[in-house]
Amino acid sequence: MSDAETTIPRPSLGRLFWVFLVMGATSLGGGVVAYLRTGLVVRQRWLDDVTFVELLSISQTLPGLNATNMSILVGDRLRGGMGALVATLGMCLPGASLMIAAGFLYGAGGDGPWSKAFLHGIAAGAVGLILVVLVQLGAKTLKTFADYVFVVVTAVAVAFFKVPVPYALIAAGIVAIWWHRPRDKDVR
Amino acid sequence: MKQLWDLAGVFAYLSLLTIGGGMAAFPEMKELTVDTYHWVTFPELLHFYSLGQLAPGPNMMMVASIGVTVAHIPGALVALVAFFLPTGLLTFFVGRLWTHLATWRWRPAIQTGLGSVAVGLVLAGAIIMGRGAITQVFFGVIALAVFLLLWRTKINPAYPIVASGLIGMALHYFNIA
Repeated sequence: MSDAETTIPRPSLGRLFWVFLVMGATSLGGGVVAYLRTGLVVRQRWLDDVTFVELLSISQTLPGLNATNMSILVGDRLRGGMGALVATLGMCLPGASLMIAAGFLYGAGGDGPWSKAFLHGIAAGAVGLILVVLVQLGAKTLKTFADYVFVVVTAVAVAFFKVPVPYALIAAGIVAIWWHRPRDKDVR
Repeated sequence: MKQLWDLAGVFAYLSLLTIGGGMAAFPEMKELTVDTYHWVTFPELLHFYSLGQLAPGPNMMMVASIGVTVAHIPGALVALVAFFLPTGLLTFFVGRLWTHLATWRWRPAIQTGLGSVAVGLVLAGAIIMGRGAITQVFFGVIALAVFLLLWRTKINPAYPIVASGLIGMALHYFNIA
């Protein structure tokens, strides 16, 4: 680690908070990962692309959202525990404030026919957005026929047979991990 | 007070299911917030989720809106902390360990295995959400159009989603939906 200290930049906690706050306020439309890369790798040069992809793969494997997991990992890398905390707060503050306001506004006037019509419309649009995320996630993750079988079995069990997610996650997860288990002849 | 504890328990539990993204937790979120605790109706949950896609930052800030509905500002804060703290701590500590696990031979197996299950959970979430949101052919057309547009172009997703809302209002104006 002592070797790494010379190469990893150490922005002040205030600066770290500010940069994540700006990303948290401007990353409209869900594609937070693209904003993170532009902000951290291109503009601030706090990370190189190799590190960014490595941290992203940790973020995607662990539970939690990519945006917050990345804030924690990058903040910790740059400024330790406090860095992780201020980066995450900066990332979450704008969206959280807006959605708290949305909760109150909805309670006040969400039942009107016009706002209902608007919200029903964006719900349909959001389904399209999820399908795109699904296709992109699938293209990156699914390599063999067996992977597609795991996807379909998990989805059918949860969506049609109402299997509780933890059971599906543990059962399918164990089988899928075992299927991809390290074999002696593999050279990885 | 009991409601705050319920909120904390539900969202801490849901946070652990968000493997592969917030959508993976959607089936259980519907089950708990709509069917078990009756905090919101299914349409309300869909509305909050979709509004959350328009907000900047992490795409599950809508948990704060559910918190507001249940117990105002304290409810929102409890829901947020419960939803982000457990996985946050996990990421923090595993993140520090992970580099030591770089050569662990089970690591690729876990990454690939959990990856496909995560895609399955997101698909389940999309199916459940679709059941509530696609109530008429027109809404199916909107979803398909947004999908094709985002899949084929690099447009910011916020634009087609806002456009979907405006189309929803137009359908209402012409009494189509």
